[in-house]
Amino acid sequence: MSKVTSEYIRGIIKDNPTFGLVLGLCPVLAVTTSVENAIGMAAGTAFVLIFSNMFISAMRKQIPPSVRLPIFLIVIATFVTMVDMLMAAYAPPLHRSLGIFIPLIVVNCIIIGRAEAYANRNNVFYSIIDALGESTGFLLVLVLIGGIRELLGTGAIVLFGNTLIEVPIEPATYMVLPPGAFLTIGVLMAIVNYSKAKRLRKMGGE
Amino acid sequence: MENLFVIAMNGMFLKNFLLVQFLGLCSFVGVTKESKSAIGMSGAVIFVMTISSIVSYLVYTFILVPSKLAFLGTISFIVIIAALVQLVEFVIRKFSPALYRSLGIYLPLISTNCAILGAVLLNVQNQYSFIASVVFGISAGVGYGIAMTLMAAIRERSVRLNVPSAVQGLPHAFFIATLLSMAFVNFFGVIPI
Repeated sequence: MSKVTSEYIRGIIKDNPTFGLVLGLCPVLAVTTSVENAIGMAAGTAFVLIFSNMFISAMRKQIPPSVRLPIFLIVIATFVTMVDMLMAAYAPPLHRSLGIFIPLIVVNCIIIGRAEAYANRNNVFYSIIDALGESTGFLLVLVLIGGIRELLGTGAIVLFGNTLIEVPIEPATYMVLPPGAFLTIGVLMAIVNYSKAKRLRKMGGE
Repeated sequence: MENLFVIAMNGMFLKNFLLVQFLGLCSFVGVTKESKSAIGMSGAVIFVMTISSIVSYLVYTFILVPSKLAFLGTISFIVIIAALVQLVEFVIRKFSPALYRSLGIYLPLISTNCAILGAVLLNVQNQYSFIASVVFGISAGVGYGIAMTLMAAIRERSVRLNVPSAVQGLPHAFFIATLLSMAFVNFFGVIPI
């Protein structure tokens, strides 16, 4: 496997923002009431992550180490403001339902974490690959959690006006309310832990 | 004129930052392993949230809006919060070493805590007046403290529980949060507003 593919895959599985690094939990729980919101949030975060990784990596030799964090924050905040304004102009319903979580991408630990841990040490090309991998991982997690909550909470998954899946169950409204988010991520995290432990045991046994 | 009581109740219970709005979850699962650090963190958050509500209101209303730069809100708030946290750290260290020893290590964590920026952004979004912003800042901070203290107390007592190894740690914390959150969501019905 070439380095490009392995760096990309690493962002999705091993360094998955939610289950691997456990960073940036607020948006994961807050906006996953539906698959549509989840995709919108992931797209916004991906835009900011890719551009901030690219710019910070390009400027890494000029940034003095002692003031790097304020500089990262300002670069990130600039792109977040762009996403905020673009979304308000082209997707107003989405912008309304995501609410303050769009400007809050600024303090999403994934973005500043990748800037510090990766973009600040690697060249522009690999930083973009890293950002793409992390964004894909983030998208998958958001869609998974959003899918589970929307399906159990409303009985159907509706994407851009089309009903994708419909199940004949009594909708449990609690799943789209805040407690459902905590429950879903708790169960998913327990499953991830279980499969990790199982794999470790298997490796130890051989 | 907003009803200040409604704003305070909203901040503390109905729209509790941690359990209903999901703002500041990193510290919610990270710093609640023992009550002492949870209370320290809550104190620091209440402090910084109140001051940053005041300062950001002044900057937004008297600098950004008159010069038609309201779109720079997010960037200026994040800079204000980071600068304030530094300032608060210097002031506390100078005037109250005892307080600094208990809050000091939590202050750097706060500048990237979404709860503070969230409070500031909500103040702007809801177009609160000066007094309403301050009340909202304090009550949201107190609500954060209530949730942190409850969570830490439960986690401390459940250390000895015999839970399956896969559920230990974070998943267990999220299950506790599920129950707490259910309780807080039901405040919608209890407090008639």
